[in-house]
This record gives sequence, C-alpha cells and structure tokens, in this order.
Amino acid sequence: MRKELKRFKGFTLKNMPREEFFAPGHRACQGCGTVLPVRLALKALGPDTIAVSATGCIEIISSPFPYTSWRVPWIHVAFENSASVASGIEAALKVLKRKGRFPKRKKVNIVVFAGDGATFDIGLQFLSGALERGHNLIYICLDNEAYMNTGVQRSAATPYGAHTTTSPAGKVIKGQVTWKKNLPAIVAAHNIPYVATANPAFYLDLMNKVKKASLIEGPCYIHVFSVCPTGWGCKPEDVIKVAKLAVETRVFPLYEVIDGKYILNRKVDKPKPVEEYLKLQRRFRHLTPEQIEYIQKRVNEEYEKLVKLCECFPAS
Amino acid sequence: MGKKVAKEVSIAVAEAVAQCNVDVISAYPITPQTHIVEHLSELVANGELDAEFVPVESEHAALSVCIGAAATGARVFTSTASQGLLLMYENLFIASNYRLPIVMVIANRSISGPISIWNDHSDVMTTRDAGWIQLFAENGQEAVDLIYQAYRIAEKCLLPVAVNLDGFTLTHVVEPIEFIDDELLKKYLPPLKMKYKLDPRNPITIGAIGIPEIYTESKKAQDEALKASYPVILRAWREFARLTGRKYNPVETYYMEDAEVALLIMGSLAETAMNAVDYLREKGKRVGLLRFRLWRPFPQREFIKAIGKVKALGVVDRAVSHCSTGGPVGIEVRSALYQSNKRPRVVNFIAGLSGRDVTVEDFVEMFERTYQALKEKPKAAYEIYGVKE
Ligand SMILES: Cc1ncc(C[n+]2csc(CCOP(=O)(O)OP(=O)(O)O)c2C)c(N)n1
Ligand code: SF4
Ligand SMILES: [Mg+2]
Repeated sequence: MRKELKRFKGFTLKNMPREEFFAPGHRACQGCGTVLPVRLALKALGPDTIAVSATGCIEIISSPFPYTSWRVPWIHVAFENSASVASGIEAALKVLKRKGRFPKRKKVNIVVFAGDGATFDIGLQFLSGALERGHNLIYICLDNEAYMNTGVQRSAATPYGAHTTTSPAGKVIKGQVTWKKNLPAIVAAHNIPYVATANPAFYLDLMNKVKKASLIEGPCYIHVFSVCPTGWGCKPEDVIKVAKLAVETRVFPLYEVIDGKYILNRKVDKPKPVEEYLKLQRRFRHLTPEQIEYIQKRVNEEYEKLVKLCECFPAS
Repeated sequence: MGKKVAKEVSIAVAEAVAQCNVDVISAYPITPQTHIVEHLSELVANGELDAEFVPVESEHAALSVCIGAAATGARVFTSTASQGLLLMYENLFIASNYRLPIVMVIANRSISGPISIWNDHSDVMTTRDAGWIQLFAENGQEAVDLIYQAYRIAEKCLLPVAVNLDGFTLTHVVEPIEFIDDELLKKYLPPLKMKYKLDPRNPITIGAIGIPEIYTESKKAQDEALKASYPVILRAWREFARLTGRKYNPVETYYMEDAEVALLIMGSLAETAMNAVDYLREKGKRVGLLRFRLWRPFPQREFIKAIGKVKALGVVDRAVSHCSTGGPVGIEVRSALYQSNKRPRVVNFIAGLSGRDVTVEDFVEMFERTYQALKEKPKAAYEIYGVKE
C-alpha cells in the first residue's frame, strides 16, 4: 500500500463534514448531476484548497459576477488549459513555501474541475503535460458526455448511439457513431500514482477517492460520471437512478488504479440489461434493437477487460 | 557602477531575469528565443537561481502556467516568438484583464506562412489590442535594463509587460553589457506582494463570467489601468536614471530639434537608421529619427512633442496589415496625428520582413522618398519596400 494512504480514514455518514464549500444559489439546471460531485469533492477536501475550473457548465453556473459559489479560492482561465493553470499554482506554492513567503507546513489541495470536452478533446495535451511533469494536483473530470454549456454537442466522451446536436439521430446516421474514448486508461498510461472512477450516486465512495487523492503526492485523476438531465433528456428526479444504473449495468464501472495496481470497487456479477439504463434517457430513444445489442455486447467486453486487468495487476 | 562584460544578449537577458529573483519560469522552445530559456533552466539546474522551471508541452501551457503562478503571488517569467506567441493568443487577453504582473520577452520573428525563423515585428503586432504594456529594445544594454524595469512596472501597475527584442539581430549578438548590482536592484525592485491572490486564508474568485451588465465596466477598468501605467513607467525610468545614469524615454529622438524630414522606427534597426541620418546630415540635410520604445500605452503626448516641426514623416513598419490603411505603426501614427494639430505628410514603408536586410542605403532611399512626399502626395497608403520585381 502507498505510504500516504496508511493515514487514510474513510468518510462515513457519521463523520461526514457538515461544512459546505460550494454555496447554494448557483445557476445549474434542476437536478444537475455535474454540480453535485463538485460539492461532494470540496466537502472531502476542506477549506485548504485552491480550485481551478475549465470553461463549461460549472464555471458558468457558479460565477455570475458579483456572485460566486466558491468558498475556496477559485480561478477560471480558459477552456482547455486548467491542467496548466493548476501546474502554475502548484509550482508557485512550492517555491513560495521554500522561500518562506507561504507557510511551509500548510498543505494546500490543488484541484481541477473540467468537463469531458475540456478533458477528452481540447485539453488532452494540457492534461497529459501536467501528468507527465508530475505536479501534485487532483484533476477531476466531470464527464457529462457532451459539450453541455454550448448546447449539447458531441465530444469524444459521448457514448455510442447517443443523440447530440452534432451527432443527431438522423434518418441515415443514428446518433454518435464512435465508441467512447477510454480516458482513464489513457491517464493510467502516464503511470501516475492514482486514477479512479467515481459516481455521485455512490457519494461516500466518491468522497473517499477525493480524500485519497488529496493524501497522495503527485498527480491524481478522478473520472466522475456526471448526469446532465438537460442534455441527456432524463427527468431531474431520475438523475441518481440513472447514475446508479450506469454502475449496475456495467456501463460505468467503479475502479481505482493505485501505482498501476487495479481495484474493482464494485463487482457487478449480475448486471442489469443496458436497456434499462438507456430507456430512461431521451438521447437514446431512437436506438434500434441491433444498436442496443451492440452496446450490450461492447459494454460486457469492456467490463471483462477491466476484470482481467484487476486479475493481472491486483492491489496487494 | 558595475563594469561592462561582453555577453550574448539572450544570455544577458536571462541573467537579468535571474537577478530579479523570479519564482516560476515556464516556457516552450522556439527560435530565436531558445537561448534565453535554456540559460535560465541551466541556472536553475545549477542551483544558482531558486525558482521552479516548468518545462511545458506548448506555449499556450507556458502562459497558462504563468497565469496560475502569478495569480498565486509568484514572480514569473516566460519568453516566446512568432508561432509560439500566436499559440498563446487567447491567454494574452486574459492575463491583462486579470491584472497579472507577468513579464514576457518576445524574440520578434515573422509569422507563418510562409514559415520563417527570421526577424520582423509581425508576431507582436498581432497583440496590439491585448492590453499588455509593450516595450521595444534597441540594443543589448537596453534589453537588460528593460527587464529590471519591466518587473517594477508590471508589479506596480498589476499589468503584464512584454519586452520585445529583435530575433537574431539583437538576441544573438554579443554586446558589452553593464548589469545593475544586486544591492541596487533590491532598492529598485522591492519583493512582490500581491494583495489579491489565490490563498486559502482569504478565498477570492478570479475569472468570473462577465455578463453584459458588467463586461463593459470590466473593460473600462482595464483600460484605465493601462492608461494609469504611463506615469508609473515614466517614474520607473526616472528612478532608474537616478540609480544608474542611464536615461530612458517613451520616444527616443535623434537630431529631431531642427529636422524637417524624419523617419520613425521601432527596435534594433534604429541603429542602422542613425547611420543614414549621420550621412545625410553631413550632406546638410535636416533629417532626424524617432524611435518608439514604448508602444503600449501609446505615447501620444511624447510622440506629438517629439515630431517637432517635421513636414514629412516616413514610418517604417516591420509587419503587414494586409490591405488596410497602412502598416500597424503607420495606422496608429496617422490616427495619433489626427488628434493633434500637426499635419506632416506621412509615408508608410513596410520593410525588413523576415530578416531582409535594411541597409544604410535603404534608409537613405526612404528619406529621399519622404522628401519627395513634400512635393507630391504618395499614391498609396503604404508600400511594401524593396520587393524584387
Ligand atoms: C477555445 C475555445 N473553444 C470553444 C469554446 C466554447 N466552449 C465553451 S464551454 C464548451 C463546452 C464545454 O464542454 P465540457 O468541457 O464537456 O463541459 P460541460 O459544459 O459539458 O460541463 C465549449 C465548446 C471556448 N470557450 N474556447
Ligand atoms: S446543462 Fe447539464 S451539466 Fe449543465 S447545468 Fe444543466 S444539467 Fe448541469
Ligand atoms: Mg461535458
């Protein structure tokens, strides 16, 4: 086990911090499942945190000047470069501590919140650079599977078959034609100390992963399944249900990669059919039975691959 | 005062940056900027400079790192040129609006296409509206002095400063340089203390969305800040002269007192142009030379004063603004004159693109053409000079 994690004590319902660092009153849509992980992550990180956001829904809904939802220091610069901005903050704190211009012993978490577009597409190079350089930061990808802020256009995170405004369900082409890019795998290939997937429906698990990331020295990446009721066409009250089904159908498995060792957090031996997950969302309503069958097959294959990785490279 | 040492200007500039005790350096290699950042990384690697060198994967990232670090209260440095500056583009505007005291050296180089590594001002001229303080050096000594001054100005005004050095013709030449000594520099450049920065002990929000109700006010505030930098820059130069004896002005003049025809130029080509002035003066011609050291904020008052009583002014641009009303400098100069009562004839040459030599003879020719403009109005708003037919 990593030495930093020896001190790790998980959150429970009993010791869950009461304090909120993401204030209510923000402008997110009703039931937004992208803002929820931000609130949970900040709860886990506490006040000694500096947050960076990429342009996107979270940035827009949290900062209509003169209001702000951020009770920790926060900066937004542009769409693609949050990983670099965070690298700069980390480098600054390191040297300022060394030169006695910032309290030496004060541990500050540097956390990025960036959408799937900002992470999979336009910002991938920036993320890769920051991971490779080994900055001590936490990068949280809020994956709502499209460019929501600009009106639901497809990204490399959009799942196969999904309707978006640039992968429309047309008469000939029926939604997104490509399979979702496996970003956690790409990130893990950077050999960083900590990679995890998380889901706000499993909120203690999510908070614990964020907490672990804050303890671990070096770059940490958490990939968060972030339901967007507006873009996915599901009911606001079904957001948590959809998020849970993503795990129960194996669409979005929960796992960690710690120093290259894989841990499957939730084995799904008796998966629910993916159709149950798909049918709650209007973005999939045009799917043909063949398409659903293809998704089912591919979801199982991807899951099996992950199980193999966990068997081949188990955490001790 | 220290003694003069012979140094390549890039190396000297890097050493001046190191003397300023920067905290974070982030850059990406591009000719002709490389020697500056190579030397800085060497100083860090040898423990001669206590700073974090962040070797990023692109120029966009380099400026992003500087933005993050400056917002956290660190003194930062970056340097680039040409395509690198263009890759940074969106960040330039953000850095100035966020009022971050970043110092950047631009080793001026032409922009693609066609690709060219040689010197002109087409890179920096694309950033005229980015809200940075813009300085242009003529020689190595000035390059080094502008670095010291840039940090003082940036930190007093909370605005980013770009120091422009002509690529190769200035960055790569060896010149005698006098460094300011460290004790004196401490007086001139106090440690950076930012009142508003990213610090968990006092959380602030930076980079909020500018809804229509406040965007205009944000831009007005930024404009006022850049305007207010003008007297601060003059004071920084006065103080520098007091400490070192080296005098700096927004607009430098050469034989302008009684000049009837003058050329205006920026950067290191001014030294060649001076030789042309000397030559023509010997022949009894009343010619003079103007050079903008300060380009942003535009030195309106000094410029109008400096042109004295010239009847014709030849503006030598080092960049093209395709099919507009002149080269970038020409356009601004005409507009500046229009706000004054002075109406010299303006001739606009675009010369020295991509390192094309501009010789003393060329400047003599431009002087002659500017003289001709006294008799006959130039046919075109600008002319790309020296095109081979
Ligand atoms: C360089 C650049 N290109 C495009 C945009 C427009 N833009 C802003 S946010 C956004 C989409 C954000 O998508 P994502 O990162 O997935 O975040 P979400 O809004 O979905 O949470 C786009 C395309 C921009 N701001 N900057
Ligand atoms: S569009 Fe989606 S992600 Fe954006 S605020 Fe609304 S629900 Fe949240
Ligand atoms: Mg998205």
